[in-house]
Amino acid sequence: MSDELTQDDDYTDGIVKKLMYVNRRAPHGTIYALEALEVVLVGAAFDQDVSVVFMDDGVYQLKKGQDTKDLGVKNFSPAYRALEMYDVEKLYVEKESMEARNLTVDDLVVPVEVLSAHELGELMDTQDVLFNF
Amino acid sequence: MKFGIVINEGPYQHQSSDSALQFAKAVLSCGHEIQRIFFYHDGVNNATRLTTPPQDDRHLQQQWTQLAQDHGVDLVVCVAAAQRRGIVDVDQMKRNGKDAHNLAPGFRISGLGQLIETAIEAERLIVFGD
Repeated sequence: MSDELTQDDDYTDGIVKKLMYVNRRAPHGTIYALEALEVVLVGAAFDQDVSVVFMDDGVYQLKKGQDTKDLGVKNFSPAYRALEMYDVEKLYVEKESMEARNLTVDDLVVPVEVLSAHELGELMDTQDVLFNF
Repeated sequence: MKFGIVINEGPYQHQSSDSALQFAKAVLSCGHEIQRIFFYHDGVNNATRLTTPPQDDRHLQQQWTQLAQDHGVDLVVCVAAAQRRGIVDVDQMKRNGKDAHNLAPGFRISGLGQLIETAIEAERLIVFGD
């Protein structure tokens, strides 16, 4: 990602928007989750008010103990633990999605705030930008 | 109104780029502005000039190129997504030691920072995905 990290944010001086990244797909099987993570990491350099949501199968992105060796793809789940170092600290998981998959917060690689679908909807309403992945 | 547009799917497989193209034309015909159109995920496949659809089908890449030429719309392809999928401009060809390039006229390759910038600068960000 070195090409991307050289991007500067001179053009956006002073503007702080609420950007929410919404992850709805499983970590593997498609590339959406990995490329969404790349957007979040690059976006962190722009000093915006960022939050990241995990819902539907997107909850699986945070599942502990992922072993992708037999899939032949990279296990990028440890990178979610690095989000804090990028000052990406508002992580939300939709309660209904998590419970439907028989998961609890103890199954996840990072601390998250659990919100109901209704609460999450209200939070989305307050955002300036929603990125859907 | 200043719009930003994101396209996350490739042409023909998904309707996303058709819808985005029609939306972009509608935006301009209503007198609004397009700050940038950003191609991500398989959306980068819209940018290969080697696209050859059947003659009785629409030619999406040519329509994007036309849109850029007619209205000066900034068509940006994510470099990391493009490299994965073999979308290459002259600069990338040289940098990565490839023997060909295929980026269509009107498009340019740049970083994900351009997507974030669009999200910040545009008044509305419209995402076309699956």
